[in-house]
Amino acid sequence: MAIPNASSPAPTAAAHAQITVALVGNPNTGKSTLFGALAGVRQRVGNYPGVTVEKKLGTMLHDGQRFEIIDLPGTYSLAPRSPDEMVAVDVLLGRRGEVRPPEAILSIVDATNLERNLYLVSQVLELGLPTVVALNMVDVAAKRGIEIDVDLLQQRLGVPVVPIQAHRRVGVAELKAALASAAQDPAPTRTSPFPELFRQETADLQAELDKGRSEPLPRYLVERLLLDSGGYVETAVLGTNGHAARQHLQSARARLRDAGMPTPAIEAIARYDWVAQVLEGVVKHPSEKRVTVSDRVDRVLTHKLWGTLIFVALMLVLFTSLFNFADPLMGMVDGAIGAGASAVESVMPAGALRSLLVDGVIGGVGAVVIFLPQIMILFLFIAVLEDCGYMARAAYLMDKLMVRVGLSGKSFIPLLSSFACAVPGIMAARVIENRRDRLTTILVAPLMSCSARLPVYIILIGAFIPQRDLLGGVLGVRGLTLFAMYLVGVVTAVVVALLLKRTLLRGETPPFVMELPSYKLPSPSIVLHRMVERGWAFVRRAGTVIFAVAVIIWALAYFPRNEQQVENYLDQQRVALQAQLAELPQGDADRAAIEEDLAALADPDGREHMKAAAQQRHSFLGQMGQLVEPVVKPLGWDWRIGCAVIASFPAREVVMGVLGVIYNLGSEVDVGAEEDQSRLAAKMRQARWDETGERVYNIPVALSIMVFFALCAQCAATLAVIRRETNSWRWPVFAFVYMTSLAYVGALITYRAGMWIAG
Amino acid sequence: MSSLAELRTGHRARVTRISGEGDISLRLMEMGITPGVDVSVVGCAPLGDPLELLLRGYHLSIRKSEARHVEVEPLDADHQ
Repeated sequence: MAIPNASSPAPTAAAHAQITVALVGNPNTGKSTLFGALAGVRQRVGNYPGVTVEKKLGTMLHDGQRFEIIDLPGTYSLAPRSPDEMVAVDVLLGRRGEVRPPEAILSIVDATNLERNLYLVSQVLELGLPTVVALNMVDVAAKRGIEIDVDLLQQRLGVPVVPIQAHRRVGVAELKAALASAAQDPAPTRTSPFPELFRQETADLQAELDKGRSEPLPRYLVERLLLDSGGYVETAVLGTNGHAARQHLQSARARLRDAGMPTPAIEAIARYDWVAQVLEGVVKHPSEKRVTVSDRVDRVLTHKLWGTLIFVALMLVLFTSLFNFADPLMGMVDGAIGAGASAVESVMPAGALRSLLVDGVIGGVGAVVIFLPQIMILFLFIAVLEDCGYMARAAYLMDKLMVRVGLSGKSFIPLLSSFACAVPGIMAARVIENRRDRLTTILVAPLMSCSARLPVYIILIGAFIPQRDLLGGVLGVRGLTLFAMYLVGVVTAVVVALLLKRTLLRGETPPFVMELPSYKLPSPSIVLHRMVERGWAFVRRAGTVIFAVAVIIWALAYFPRNEQQVENYLDQQRVALQAQLAELPQGDADRAAIEEDLAALADPDGREHMKAAAQQRHSFLGQMGQLVEPVVKPLGWDWRIGCAVIASFPAREVVMGVLGVIYNLGSEVDVGAEEDQSRLAAKMRQARWDETGERVYNIPVALSIMVFFALCAQCAATLAVIRRETNSWRWPVFAFVYMTSLAYVGALITYRAGMWIAG
Repeated sequence: MSSLAELRTGHRARVTRISGEGDISLRLMEMGITPGVDVSVVGCAPLGDPLELLLRGYHLSIRKSEARHVEVEPLDADHQ
C-alpha cells in the first residue's frame, strides 16, 4: 500500500553519493533494451509487497557517479486503475518506502511514434522532477523518412532530449551525461496542458485536501482525483479526508463538466492538444506515404488465409519443439541426476544420511531442474515472439476464439504453452494486464495436459487399453484414449474459466485495445537475457518450495525405519504365499506369479526390492495411503494407488516411480525405458486387493487414475509459481482444492460409469 | 454519423465523439482516439474481430464492440 511521503527528499550530500533515476516509457519502445544497456548485469529483480508488480533495480556508473535505476513497468498512461498500476505513480512520487524517491526521471520514447508516446511524457512532466527524454529508434525513424528537429523538441518540452539507438548502444554515454547534469539542476517548472479553469479547480481542491495533512499532496495526485472518477486514486488517497473533501470533489467535477471540460475526457483531449502543439514543425513525415517492410509483413501475417496458416504452423513448431528439443535435454538432466546419485551411493555407507542425500536432496534438486529445458525453450520462443512483435498479432488472431470462454486473445499463448508445462505458461500470463483475466488464465492453465502427465497415460494405456483399430486403422482405441485425456483437460478448463468469470472473478469486460507494434528483427542479447532471467526466477522462487516438498515426501517415505518389522513381514509373506501355492491346483494361471514372488524372496536382489516395498508399506507414506484407502476406494483404488498419488504431490511423473517401488521393482525403475514400462505394466496387471484377493486394475480403474491425473494439481512447481505470480498463498490453495475436488469427482464418475458399462 | 465498427477495410474517417464514460472509452482516448483524429481501418482478424486501425502513425487493435463507442464521419477511401 501507498505510504504517504514516507521519506522526504534525500539530502544533497546523499544525492551526490547516488542518484536515483526512474525509467518510464510505453511498451515496445525498447525500454528493457535501454535498461540493459545502462545497468548491464548489475540488476536486481524482486516484487513490490502486496501487488504483483516486478521490482527491477539496476545500478550504473558514470564519471565516478553512481546511479540507481528503477525500471518501471511499461505503460501508456499514468492513470492508475488498480493497486498494480498505482505502483508506478507512487514510486515516481516517492511514496513507496521500498525504493528511494527518484531524483530524476528518464522517459524513453519511440521516435517513429512520437505522437502517442508524448502523451505519457506530458504526464511525466507534471510530476515536477528533473526529466531527460531518450528519443529511441532514431535510425528506424530516419529509414522511414521521418525527420525530427531534436533541438526544437527539446526547447518545446523544456527538458533535455537525447537521440539514442538502445540496441546498438548509440547515444547511451550522452544519455548518462544528461542524467548526471539534470539530476543536479533544480526541478523544472511544472508545465500543465490543462486549461486555466481546470488548474484553478486543482489548486482549490488541493487546498481543501491539504487541511489536516502534515505533508501536502502532490499536485499530480490532486489532478488524478479530479480526472479519475471511481478510480483507484480515490480509494488510495481520499481515505484520510472526510465527507467535505468528497463533496468538494463532486462539485468541482460538476463545474468542470458545465464549463465544457467533462472528466475524464478532458485529460486525453488536453494532452493530445498539447502534443500537437509540441510537435508542430518538429516532426516532418515523408510527403509520400511509404509502405514499410513492417506493413508488408503485417499484411501477410494478419491475412485471413496466410495469416491463419502461418499462425497454426508457428504454434505447431512451438508445441512440437517443446516436446522434441526438450526431451533429449531432460534425458541429459535426468542422466546427470542419476550419475550424481550413484556417485554419492558409491562413496557413502547405506543409511538415513545417504538416503536423504540421494533421494531427498538430489531428487529434490532434480525435481526443480528437470523442468528447466522446457521452461527455457518456451521462454526462448516467447522472448523471440515478443521481441519481433508477433506476440500482439497472436493475441489479435486468437481474440475472438478466447472471448467465447470469457478471456481475451492475450491468454492464448500462456494456455497453449501449458500443454508442455504449466510453469512457463503461468509465467507467460504476465502479459495480461487485467487482473481478473490473468488470474483466470493462471487458474485454468494447470488443466492443460502437460508433458509430465504423458508417462502416466502411456503406461496405463499400454497396460490396460486393448489395441483395436477403428475406421480401417486410421484411428486406434489407444490413440483415442490419449486424445480423450487431453480433451478432458481442455473441456474442464473452458467450463472452469466460464464459471470463474461469472462468479469469483466477475467484472466488466476489460478493454482489449492493444498496440500492434512494428515488426523488427529480434535482438539475440535481449532474447537470451529474458530467457535466462525468467528461468532463473523460476529456479530461485519456485525451486525452494519444490525442493522443500521433495524432501518432506522423502522423509515420509523413509521413516519410521524398523528393519526387524520388515524382516518379519517378509517372512509372513513367504509363509502366506507358500500356503496359497499349496491350495492352488497344478496348472492354475496364478501359480506363476506366486512362484515368481517366492523366487524373488529367495534371491538377494529380489529380496532387496521386496524389502523396499515392505518398508514403504510401513512408512508414514504407506500409513497415509492405508489411511486414505476408504476415501479412494470408491474410485476403484487400493491403498497402494492412494499412496502413489500422495507421493506424487511434488510432481506427477513421480507416481510411476513410486508404484515401481510398491510393486517390488526397486527404486531404479526408469519409467522412460520401454522395458521397465512393460515390467511395471505386468506387475500392475497382477496386483490384487489385500483383503479379497481380487484384481485391483481393470480398464475402469486405469481410466479413473488417468482422469484423476488429467485434472489434479499434483505439481508443487505449478503451485509455487502460482504463489509467486499472484503474490499470495490464497490462489495456489484455491487451485489445489478445486482441481483435486474436480479430479476426485471426475475419477469417481469415470470409474462408476466404466463399471456400469463393463456390467 | 456512423460508428467506427461500421467502417469498411481500407476506409478512413474522422472521430467526432467517444460515447460512454467507462474504462473502455477512457482507454480508447488514452491510446489517441480523441475527437478530431483521423483513423483508417487496415483490416480485421481472420475470425472477423478485432479490427486493426491505423491512427497517429501507429497500429492499434480494438474489438468491434469497443469501436461502437467511437462515432466517426467517413472521409474518402484511403487508397494505399
